[in-house]
Amino acid sequence: MATRGEDAGRQALTRAAVVDRAREIYDDLDFGVVRQWLAEHPGGKAGGYLPVYAPREVLHACGFLPVGIHGGGDRLEIIRGDAFYQSYICHLPRSVIELAQSGRLDMLSAVLFPSTCDVIRNLSGMWKLLYPDVYVRYIDVPQTPDPGAAVDFWAGELERLARDLGDVSGHEPGDDELRQSIALYNDVRAMVRTLYAVRQERPWDVPTEELYLLLRAGESLPPEEFIALARGYLAAVEAEPRRPRDNSRVVIVGAFCEQPPLGLIKSIERAGCYIVDDDFLLGNRFLTHDVPLDGDPLRALAAAFVRNDQHTSVLYEIDPLGKRRLMRDRVAAAHAHGVIFATPSFCDPALLDQPMLRAGAEDAGIPCIAFKYAENSGQFQQFREQAGTFSDSIKLWGAA
Amino acid sequence: MATVQKDRSMLLQKEMIANHFARLEQAPETGEKVVYTFVPGNLTELIRSFGALPMLPEINALQSGMRKQSGDYIAEAERAGHSEDVCTYVKCDIGMMRSGNIGPGGTKLPKPDLLLLSYTGCYTFMKWFELLREEYQCPTVMFHVPYQGDGVLEPEHRRYMLRQLREQVIPALEKVTGRRYDEDRLREHLVRSARAEDDLVAVLQAGKLRPSPIDGYFGTVYYVGPIFSAFRGTEEGVEYYRALREEVDERAALGLGPVTPDGPLNDQKYRLVVEGPPNWTSFRDFWKMFSDERAVVVASTYTKVGGTYDFGFRHDPADPLGTLADYCSGCYTNLNLPSRIDMLVRYIHEYQADGFLINSVKSCNSFSAGQLMILREVEKRTGIPGAFIESDLVDPRYFSAANIKNRLESYFQMIDARRLGKTA
Ligand code: SF4
Ligand code: SF4
Repeated sequence: MATRGEDAGRQALTRAAVVDRAREIYDDLDFGVVRQWLAEHPGGKAGGYLPVYAPREVLHACGFLPVGIHGGGDRLEIIRGDAFYQSYICHLPRSVIELAQSGRLDMLSAVLFPSTCDVIRNLSGMWKLLYPDVYVRYIDVPQTPDPGAAVDFWAGELERLARDLGDVSGHEPGDDELRQSIALYNDVRAMVRTLYAVRQERPWDVPTEELYLLLRAGESLPPEEFIALARGYLAAVEAEPRRPRDNSRVVIVGAFCEQPPLGLIKSIERAGCYIVDDDFLLGNRFLTHDVPLDGDPLRALAAAFVRNDQHTSVLYEIDPLGKRRLMRDRVAAAHAHGVIFATPSFCDPALLDQPMLRAGAEDAGIPCIAFKYAENSGQFQQFREQAGTFSDSIKLWGAA
Repeated sequence: MATVQKDRSMLLQKEMIANHFARLEQAPETGEKVVYTFVPGNLTELIRSFGALPMLPEINALQSGMRKQSGDYIAEAERAGHSEDVCTYVKCDIGMMRSGNIGPGGTKLPKPDLLLLSYTGCYTFMKWFELLREEYQCPTVMFHVPYQGDGVLEPEHRRYMLRQLREQVIPALEKVTGRRYDEDRLREHLVRSARAEDDLVAVLQAGKLRPSPIDGYFGTVYYVGPIFSAFRGTEEGVEYYRALREEVDERAALGLGPVTPDGPLNDQKYRLVVEGPPNWTSFRDFWKMFSDERAVVVASTYTKVGGTYDFGFRHDPADPLGTLADYCSGCYTNLNLPSRIDMLVRYIHEYQADGFLINSVKSCNSFSAGQLMILREVEKRTGIPGAFIESDLVDPRYFSAANIKNRLESYFQMIDARRLGKTA
């Protein structure tokens, strides 16, 4: 039976139609697509996860539709959320609380809180108190550099999660179901990698605004529908090529948790920067390689996490020179000219990493700028000016 | 005499710290190995069992704060590109290092031979030692202590910690010190730890008395200093806590209160429980705002960041590595929010507090994120309204004395009004 997504893929949608569909999902803070899925799948459940990395395969195999909870951006008025957080804490948790307290997350039967930082960690405890009927799990990923201990620990955590989620949904998955879910998310990651590769190659054809909307849609859509929508997008890109401009190529770093408002992404692009790599919504491509489908599926998933070569602020960097090298490597891989450190205000992981990352970039002669945003920042003039000057200086001084 | 005995514990502590820092300063010459680690989840007995000296950057930072040096260090770190938004302990430490690494006591601090990253209850720790590793280019060992997300230490988490201790931490210490792991030696340290912990708990629980012979926050941050830093498991530590306990017992027997910046506080009008770390840059002024009002803190959560002993945990020499894992897991900031709320509620009841106060520090998401919810939950469960104030640890820019004083005065008036209401 074809899903709606597959139908959409076959209908050769225009670029505008795909982007409009994705934008509609992004704008909908009531998670209409999730509610619709629940209505169409009477035994199904919805399971939320916060940034950055959550094992969506496990949710999926247990009968949940995985739903990324990324705050309300600039589209949500904060009425209740501010009563939960002091002014010196980032914006994300207050908008997540606002979404929840206004009933917009009442379709979630489970919420996973990854070990991204202490704010999200503590939010897990708040959720337990606020929503005692919802399954809440703090997802403490392994940080030890010993791969054996890390895999054993993480496989144990995944088994526990599968058991618990199975209890909630009434469906504890067998190995084959787990493998199917893993295979499906391998496909999702492969699709995300393809989108990133095409953008890197032809950023004029894949503006980050569009890519971003598509990926945001993927945080609420069933995986098959996301893949179909993304396929439709890629087909439309081929059918409607655009002309390159004389823009600078930049990597955005630091925006892996609280997401920048769309206006900020647009401002950077309109200021003459092609974003050729970024860490927006990093969880959707956290695992950089396919998870093998043989053997014990949860161990395979655990091993894939441990053997991964994702370097991010939320994982311990084993290599003492790793932080220094990271920007140089990413810039080289993306054929970029410069780095924009765009970090949420008060974001510990991004801001504590920044001096190390920036020093490494500057040692390698890579131009950098840095600014802070909040998900609800409304004024983009200053970002546009900074990014514009940055782009001009790159072009002028020949880094391009 | 009470005053003589009080002087004895203070003098002892001063002497212990001075000796320790002198040894640290001389370490490059004596060849003693230096291991930097953090207060929560510190593995002092293990480090000591290898004959190495622990050093705790948070303690240096807070002492720099008390000695009014932290503002310059923070400015130095911010000039070097560290964000104004992050933990000021880290910036104070980095600024101090960049300014010549002269410790708060005036002695030169040695470089670490090993950074023991006991990743317990605070995300910032990971970044702090990644930053220091770049500066010192020395070996670093990560010890991941899983968070008690569900409010308990899960058996698999304990096994994971034990494995890391055996396969990562101990080999790293063996390599750096050139000594073999000696479990019997570790046990001897643990025996001493448990003895000191017994005495510390007796001191902490004296806060239940009326008048309280201790201040469970301002005074107790001094009391926990040795056990939270380099002296758990040492003879000096045992001696210090014995002396301290005698002193407190004697004050209790005489019906005396603690000595505050205003002198002895015997006539205590308010009994409070406090959550959150203190401000260090204006520590005495802050304390004075309480003692001026004859308010005594009977219990606090901050004094459990380096170990929670008052609910029964003691280091157990019968299970040397297991007990270290249990200890780390139980440090206050490794407990989930519901457990923290339970602890506060329990303190309010058991210590018969009239009120509770949260000092929310800008630096610390580990403590601060969720404190407004803690406030409401504790209010709901105890029926006692709480007070909420904001400051910072060691950044003098974020201590607004007038604001805090106003808040506290109104809070005490509110407690008075409630009392009147009850008796009316
Ligand atoms: S934005 Fe940064 S500090 Fe805030 S929740 Fe996300 S990772 Fe944590
Ligand atoms: S964030 Fe909090 S717990 Fe962590 S180092 Fe800073 S003050 Fe300590």
